[in-house]
Amino acid sequence: MFDDLNDLYQQVILDHSKSPRNFFKLEVANRVAEGRNPLCGDQVTVYSLVENEVVREISWQGSGCAISKASASIMTDALKGKTAEQAKELFRNFHDLITTGSSDSKDLNKLAAFGGVNKYPARVKCAILPWHAALATLDGKANIVSTE
Amino acid sequence: MSGTETISQARPVESFQSLEDRRVEFPVLNQKVHGCDLVYFDNAATTQKPRRVIDALTYYYEHDNANVHRGIHELSNRASSAYENTRVRAAKFLNARSADEIIFTRGTTEGINLVAQSWGGKFIKAGDKILLTEMEHHSNIVPWQLLAARTGAQLVYLPVTGDRGLLDLSRIDEWLTRDIKLFAMTHISNTLGTVNPVTELCAKARKLGVTTLVDAAQSAGHRKVDVQEIGCDFLVLSSHKMCGPTGVGILYGRLDVLEQTPPYQGGGDMISSVDFFNSTWNKVPHKFEAGTPNIADVIAFGTALDYLDEVGREKIAEHDIELSAYCYAQLAKLPGVRLFGPETGRAGLVSFLLKDVHAHDVVMMADQAGVALRGGHHCNQPLMRKLGVESTARASFYFYNTTAEVDRLIEVLREIQRFFGTV
Ligand SMILES: Cc1ncc(COP(=O)(O)O)c(C=O)c1O
Repeated sequence: MFDDLNDLYQQVILDHSKSPRNFFKLEVANRVAEGRNPLCGDQVTVYSLVENEVVREISWQGSGCAISKASASIMTDALKGKTAEQAKELFRNFHDLITTGSSDSKDLNKLAAFGGVNKYPARVKCAILPWHAALATLDGKANIVSTE
Repeated sequence: MSGTETISQARPVESFQSLEDRRVEFPVLNQKVHGCDLVYFDNAATTQKPRRVIDALTYYYEHDNANVHRGIHELSNRASSAYENTRVRAAKFLNARSADEIIFTRGTTEGINLVAQSWGGKFIKAGDKILLTEMEHHSNIVPWQLLAARTGAQLVYLPVTGDRGLLDLSRIDEWLTRDIKLFAMTHISNTLGTVNPVTELCAKARKLGVTTLVDAAQSAGHRKVDVQEIGCDFLVLSSHKMCGPTGVGILYGRLDVLEQTPPYQGGGDMISSVDFFNSTWNKVPHKFEAGTPNIADVIAFGTALDYLDEVGREKIAEHDIELSAYCYAQLAKLPGVRLFGPETGRAGLVSFLLKDVHAHDVVMMADQAGVALRGGHHCNQPLMRKLGVESTARASFYFYNTTAEVDRLIEVLREIQRFFGTV
């Protein structure tokens, strides 16, 4: 019945949504930001330890659909050790991927699993929500960010 | 002659063996979505429109279109009389004492805002208490919050107990007291499917001198709603949730209460005389209808009211109860399902969650199989927080829905559970 959905819910996404990585409150964090999607109630809090513009540690907590959970999980894996500049670059490439279905970047690794999202416009916000929160921690803007 | 009278090309009533046969009157239902037959289970958000309501709109624009209450030419007379006929029709539909008690609004939300601003602005003072219930839609919370912020009044909430989602009426006397100025309550919860005993609640309120408002958004198109029997001071509803067009609603108000209530917006139609510094108000209900109203949609709403009476509101209510009981029972057989709202006596909707599959994923996947559900907080965030969830999936029914469609929903949900490997 749902064969068409296999490219949206790729195995990596299902795995990460079932057993999310970095899913805890980072006690040593020096930056915290929260993202909310008021439409579906998705909520994610990103904790990061940023030193000299480098993400030393990053974790998240929250609740949401499979896409937003998997996105937060894979994103936190991907951002560890990145500089703020690299993180923003990665987000630009990820954003290209989920809005157009392709990206010039070869470094997306597991993030490439979100290549099917662009066909489901309503789900783009789910995938982006954790990124908005993560980037807010890098900018030092410890605010609530919203996808609306 | 009013145009709307000539266009009812209704099939004779006898040709419909059951309510479900009336599906053929709803053009939108006859389509495939993502390659599957559409199963429309989002009726609490808005219902579909029968052919004759759609035709009434077209007919009006093709034959009678003119502004109301202004021209003295033929078309304006037709438009005005069709518009005012709907007011008379609506008064009968709700068993109001007079058509003057019917005010046309944009919908339930505007009706509540009108009462909060105009009635509340005059009668609610600092320290006054407004009683709501914990199952109100945002539209029956936020206008009161704005009023409270403006006046210094205080909001009080009648609690809902547990997942079964009933008002805690055992302690009603602790909440509904002489201190309360206004009690605003929903008739049917759009999230839980709970049907509140509004007649008893309004009777209790009246004895204590408390003004009452009933939100009939989910009930008016689904069962008999009789404002005299309920005994409320105000009642609000939306046309689009009862076979009518969007952009129209009714605020019913008891005439003596409306007469004491100041106008809502200023403009044309609501005045009887204007000079540069002062105006005198037109009489009720025109005092509350400033500017050119939504003429076409009001007229087509009149057609929807005729249609609902032809279908029969008692029959619709029975069908709702049967279908939601069936759906509830079938859902209960799914592993890891959590059901919200009362087990019995529920209105035509069921909210649920599947273990380890987020409502957003459920709704999106169901859509891929042609089944339209709603997922989210249903404009009930405080209630959701109380239930300890951020969102639920909801199937909501109307008389054109069938048990076969419920079976299809269950089949799709089982498939979703297999897809996510949760069973
Ligand atoms: C119980 C209830 N009240 C109020 C509303 C608001 O109605 P409208 O958006 O038509 O103004 C709704 C609609 O979802 C509702 O279900």
